[in-house]
Amino acid sequence: MTPSTPTIVEAGALLRSGEVTAISLLEGVLEVAHRTEAMLHAYLTIDREGAVEAAVAADTELAAGHDRGPLHGIPVALKDNMCTRGLETTASSQILSGYLPPYDATVVRRLREAGAVIVGKTNLDEFAMGSSTENSAYGATYNPWDIGRVPGGSSGGSAAAVAAGSAITGLGSDTGGSIRQPAALSGIVGLKPTYGTVSRYGLIAFASSLDQIGPLSRTVDDAALTLEAIWGHDPLDATSYPGEYPDLRADMTTGVSGLKVGVVSELAGEGYEPDVEAAVAAMVERLAGEGAAVVEVSLPSFEIALSAYYLIAPAEASANLARFDGIRYGLRVPGDTTESLMARTRAEGFGPEVTRRILLGTYGLSAGYYEAFYGQAQRVRAAIRQDLARVYHDVDVLVSPTSPTVAFEAGARVADPLAMYLSDICTIPSNLAGDPAISVPIGLDGRGLPIGFQVMAPALGERTLFRVAAEVERLAGFTARPEIELVAS
Amino acid sequence: MPVEIDIAHVARLARLDLTQDELAAYQGQLGVILEHAARVQTLEGKPEVESTHTLGLENVYRDDEVTPSLDREEVLAAAPETRDGYFVVPPALES
Amino acid sequence: MTNTIAWEPVIGIEVHVELSTRSKMFCGCAVDFGAPPNTNVCPVCLGLPGALPVPNRKAIEHILAIGLALNCEVSPRSVFHRKNYFYADLPKNYQISQFDVPVCTGGFLDITVDGETRRIGIERAHMEEDTGKSTHVGQGGRIHAASATLLDFNRSGVPLVEIVSKPEIRSAAEARAYAQELRSLVAELGVSDARLEEGSLRFDANVSVRMAGTDVLGTKVEIKNMNSFRSLERAIEHEVERQITLVAEGEELTQETRHWDEEKGVTHSMRTKEGSSDYRYFTEPDLVPMVIGDSWVAAVRDALPELPARRRARYQGLGLDGRSAAVLSDAPTRLREIFDEAVAVGAGAVAAANWVTGEITGHIRRTGIDAHELTLDGAQLAELVGLVDEGLVSPTAAKEVLEGVLAGEGSPRQVAMTRDLAQMSDPGELAAVVASVLASHPDAVESFRSSGEEKVVGFLVGQVMRVTQGKADPRMVNRLLRESLGG
Repeated sequence: MTPSTPTIVEAGALLRSGEVTAISLLEGVLEVAHRTEAMLHAYLTIDREGAVEAAVAADTELAAGHDRGPLHGIPVALKDNMCTRGLETTASSQILSGYLPPYDATVVRRLREAGAVIVGKTNLDEFAMGSSTENSAYGATYNPWDIGRVPGGSSGGSAAAVAAGSAITGLGSDTGGSIRQPAALSGIVGLKPTYGTVSRYGLIAFASSLDQIGPLSRTVDDAALTLEAIWGHDPLDATSYPGEYPDLRADMTTGVSGLKVGVVSELAGEGYEPDVEAAVAAMVERLAGEGAAVVEVSLPSFEIALSAYYLIAPAEASANLARFDGIRYGLRVPGDTTESLMARTRAEGFGPEVTRRILLGTYGLSAGYYEAFYGQAQRVRAAIRQDLARVYHDVDVLVSPTSPTVAFEAGARVADPLAMYLSDICTIPSNLAGDPAISVPIGLDGRGLPIGFQVMAPALGERTLFRVAAEVERLAGFTARPEIELVAS
Repeated sequence: MPVEIDIAHVARLARLDLTQDELAAYQGQLGVILEHAARVQTLEGKPEVESTHTLGLENVYRDDEVTPSLDREEVLAAAPETRDGYFVVPPALES
Repeated sequence: MTNTIAWEPVIGIEVHVELSTRSKMFCGCAVDFGAPPNTNVCPVCLGLPGALPVPNRKAIEHILAIGLALNCEVSPRSVFHRKNYFYADLPKNYQISQFDVPVCTGGFLDITVDGETRRIGIERAHMEEDTGKSTHVGQGGRIHAASATLLDFNRSGVPLVEIVSKPEIRSAAEARAYAQELRSLVAELGVSDARLEEGSLRFDANVSVRMAGTDVLGTKVEIKNMNSFRSLERAIEHEVERQITLVAEGEELTQETRHWDEEKGVTHSMRTKEGSSDYRYFTEPDLVPMVIGDSWVAAVRDALPELPARRRARYQGLGLDGRSAAVLSDAPTRLREIFDEAVAVGAGAVAAANWVTGEITGHIRRTGIDAHELTLDGAQLAELVGLVDEGLVSPTAAKEVLEGVLAGEGSPRQVAMTRDLAQMSDPGELAAVVASVLASHPDAVESFRSSGEEKVVGFLVGQVMRVTQGKADPRMVNRLLRESLGG
C-alpha cells in the first residue's frame, strides 16, 4: 500500500478546517512508523510522550485561535545529530550511547516555537560521515522504494521517514551532500541553504565550515515552509548571517522564462547512469521549452572538488571529534592513565568510517604534510569560489544530477570507501562554496527508483533557487509514492 | 604517487588505541584515498585563501554579559565518573 | 680553573595574563574563581557536542589595550586558530588560540635594573582561552602517589592573553624586573586582577646559554611552574647555572621542558610523550576574522590610563628624584590623584610627594583603610604644604595638623587653629620672649660672646621653643637671637 500521510500544505488546511487534529496527524505518522520501522529503520528514537504533549498543546492553541504558523501541529523528524534537551542524541555513534543533552539546538528551539511536533530522532551515518546510512552504530536504514537498497546518506533516516510517511517533513544536515543525495535517492525534495542562514548551534559538528542544516520534504512548497521556520540570525553562532534573508516564495509561480540556466559539463559522463543522464537532459529541455536560456558551462575546479573535500572535511572533523574522550559524557572504556582511557574509549567508541576520517584529517594537518594537503585543499576551495563567481556572471542557476546513480544496493560500496565518496561528486561543490542547492525528484529509472535533479544558485540566491525548483517540480509532475509492504499492525 | 604514512604516529596524535591489524588496514585505505586527494596538487595558480566564510562575515562578537550556567547536577549526570562536584579521571602520565 | 670562556644567558619570557572580564572568552558563564566546582559551566566551555564559541568584545578591547601599552602593532586582520592537543582539562581537546596572525605584534617594554634602563622587545601578544583545573589526589586523599585527577571547568574558557618577549633578557634579575613591570602594567590598565597567587599571571621562561659576544643560539630549555617573581628569578638562576656547568664540561643540552621545584630549588625534566607537540594548527572555522580598524584602535588608545613608565617620567619632570617618582608611581590611584590635585593648585611637588608617600601612606597602613576612604583631598594637602612654606606651622606641628585633618576635624587651617598649632611669627612678640630668655641665661650669653660656639645658639633656640611650647618659628627665633647676641 501507499501511506496517505499529507504534505504540510495539505495538513495545514485540514487542521484549520477542523477535519484533522494535531493528535490525529501524529497518530497517523506513528501508525506508519509502527508498520514500516521493522523494514526501514528510519528512526533511532521515537519520542511518543514528548510528541503527544506537543500535539495536545498545538490542538489547544489552535482551538483558542493562537496560530503559530504553517508548522503548527506538523509532525517533524529530526536527524539525530541535533541536540534535544533530555532526549537521547547519539549522532549514530556508540560513543554517545545514552547521551541526554542539557540543551536544545537552535533549530529545535525554533521548531518548538513554531508549534511543530517532534516525532523523534532519525538514523544517520555516524557523525554524518557517509552516503548510505549504513555507517550507523545502531544498524542501517533502508530505502522505502526498495528495501534492499540504501536511502542515501547521511540524512538517510529523515529521508526514509518523509518518503515513507512516518513524518510529514524532516531536518537533515548537509556537509557534502547529506541532505540532497538521500533526498534524490528517496524521491523527495532536499535543500541545503546558504551557509550561515540556519544556525549550527546544537548541531553535532562534522566539518564546521561546510555543515548546514536544511529540510527534507515531500514538495518544494513544504521545503520552503520548513526552511522558513528554522532559518534566521542566531547570536549563538558566530558564522550566522545577520543580514536580510531572501523571500523564498516571491517567485515560486513566476516560471523560468528569461532565466539563464547553466548545465555543468563536468558533472556528466563516466560513472553517471544513463537513465539519470537522460532524465536530467529531458528536464533541461523542458526548462528551455518554458523559456529558459540553457547554456553549457565549464567549471574545471569541480574536477578536484572531491579531493579537496576529502582533505578539508576530515581535517575539521579530526578536531571536532576530539572532544569525545570518555571524560564528561558518553562512553568510557577504563584505562590506567588519562591517556589510555581516552585512546581506548575513542578506539572502541568510533566506528571504522569515523576512525578512517579522523586519521585522514589528522594526517593532512600534521607537520610536514599540511601545505601539500590541507593548505592546498583550501586553495582549491578558493578556486572553486572563483570559478563559480565567474559563471554566475553569465547564468542565474546551475543544474546537474544530484547523484550520478540512483539508490544502490545495501552493502555495495561499504568495502570501498573511495567508491562511496564518489556518490557526493555532484553535491560537494556547493558545500565548498557555501552556496544553496536543492534536489527535486523528476522521475523514476527503469527499475522504478527515483532520480533527483539538482539546482544550484549563488549565496543567498534562494529566491531564484525556489523559482526554478518549483518549475522543475511542476514540469516533472512527480507524484509517485513508494509502495511499501506494510507489516500487519 | 604513493603517499608515505606513519600510521602509528597519526593514531597516537589522534588518541586512537588501534591494534596492529587495524593500523595496517587503515594505512592501506588512507593510501588509496590520499592518492586521490593528492589531485589537489594539480590546481593551476595559487589563489589567495582569505576567509572560509561564504558571506565574508567578520567582527562577530558578543557583549561581556553573564548568562546563566547549566545546573551542575544535570551536567554531572552525563559523566561516567564524578566525585564531590568534580569530573574524575585516572592520573595523567605526565603528572 | 683555566677555563676562560664567558657564558651568557639568553632568556625569553612567556606570560599568560588572565583577563578580568565579567564573562568568559567564548560564552556567557561568569568569571568567578571562588565558585564551587563546575558551577560556572555551559555547553560551550564544557565542550558539549554542538556548542559554538562567540568571542567576548571586551576581551578583544583588553588585548588591544595591552598591545598598545606595549607599543605593539595591531594586525588589521587577525584570525583564531585551533591548537590541537589532548589533555583532560581541555574540554574540546583543542584550544582556541592564535597562530600566524596574532592581534598584536612587535613592541617593547622598558625595565630598570640597578638604576639602568633596558628595552626588552615584545614578539607578540595573542588571545586564547584558559583550560579547566586539575587536582591530583590519592585514593585516601593524599597528594603524593596521585591515583585520580579531579576536574573543575569553572576556569575553562576564561580569556587569556599570552605575551611573548623576544629572547633579549640577559639575567634572572632582568627577567624578574620584566615580569614585575608587566604585572604593574596590566594592573594599571585594569584588564586583569594581576594576582600571582591566584594564577592570574603565569610565567614560562625559555633559557639557553651561549658564548658571550656571539649570536649563536644554544639549545633552548623551557621552564614552567614559577608562581612568584622570586621563584621566576631563582628558577632562571638555577637553570642558567645548570646549563653553564653542562656546556662548560662539553656536554650536549637536550631541548626539553623542565619543571621548577620550588621546595628543592631545582628544575627537573618533564617526560612528554613523543610527538605530542604537533599541534596541527588550522583556522578556527566556527569563528570569523577580526578586522580591527583604526577607529577601534584609536578608541582604545584614548581610553588608556597613564602607564607607569610615562607617569614616572612626568613626576621627574616635576622635580622628583627617580626613587621618589617610582615610589609615588606605585602608590594607590587615589593617593596619586590627591598628589596631582595638590600640585595643580600650587603645592610644591617634592613636599606634596613626601606627604603622600610618607605620613599619608603610613596612616593608611596603620589604620588599614582604603585610600578612597581618606577625608583628605588635594586642595587640603596643598593648604597643608602652604602652611609649612609660609612658616605658619612648623614641620613637626604640621604632622599633627595632618592627623587632625585625617580625623575629620576640618581643613588644615582650621585644625591648626583649633589645636593651637600655629607658629608664633610676630617679630615683636617673639623679640620679647627672646629678650627674657637671654636675661635668664647670662652664662650662655657670656660663653657665646667669648667662644662663638654654635651649640650655645642651639641651646638658646631650644629654650625659646620650650617657653613657646614649640610654636615659635625656629628660623625667626634664630635670626632674633643672633641679632641680640651681635653674632
